[in-house]
Amino acid sequence: MARVLLFGRLADQAGWREREVEAGSLAALRASIANEDAALAQALEGPGVQVAVDKALVRGEAVLAAGVEVAFLPPMSGG
Amino acid sequence: MITLTEAPFEPGALLAQFCAGRDETGAVASFVGLARAESGQASILELEAYPGFTESAIEAFAVEAAERFELQDWRIVHRVGKIAPGQAVVFVATASKHRRAAFAACDFLMDWLKSRAPFWKKEHGPDGARWIEPTAQDRTDAQRWDV
Repeated sequence: MARVLLFGRLADQAGWREREVEAGSLAALRASIANEDAALAQALEGPGVQVAVDKALVRGEAVLAAGVEVAFLPPMSGG
Repeated sequence: MITLTEAPFEPGALLAQFCAGRDETGAVASFVGLARAESGQASILELEAYPGFTESAIEAFAVEAAERFELQDWRIVHRVGKIAPGQAVVFVATASKHRRAAFAACDFLMDWLKSRAPFWKKEHGPDGARWIEPTAQDRTDAQRWDV
């Protein structure tokens, strides 16, 4: 299980901010989300969206250990 | 030190605290950012952070800034959650031996905080809410420091 966190406009679009998803990789996680909400999965691949696994930014694919936290971060706006 | 807080803070108290007990600091510069009402267009500013991630990113950047400007110390307090017009959003203070470094570092930290820090900003107004991206001016301000 991965704990998925959405921020900013991604959370508004999804209608949720936090959810447990069964996935062993980032690709599997994206596929699982796409199954349920294709528009959201597309937004998660959108320009400027970064992914953090356990609070560290990752690029491309990543293996997800049990209990990890995966955050999807839309372009940051500054304070 | 960086602190994110949902509660309003008093910038004067933070500055007094930051200045206390410094007999080798020649200069303290500070900046306070306030939420603007935008002539009634912005009734509430809402800032979202990623707890843990946002503090780490700010801390890492400020440590770099402290080296670049030879700061003795720095302090950042940033609001998150819903902020009413007129309330303080951000407090930055820098301490150094001489004033130039303190001024420059404070300016440098603010340019980065305004454009690149991991926050997501929503403006609630009479026509509903909208997410705000950094302005072109914010980006240009931050780029002044890129070398």
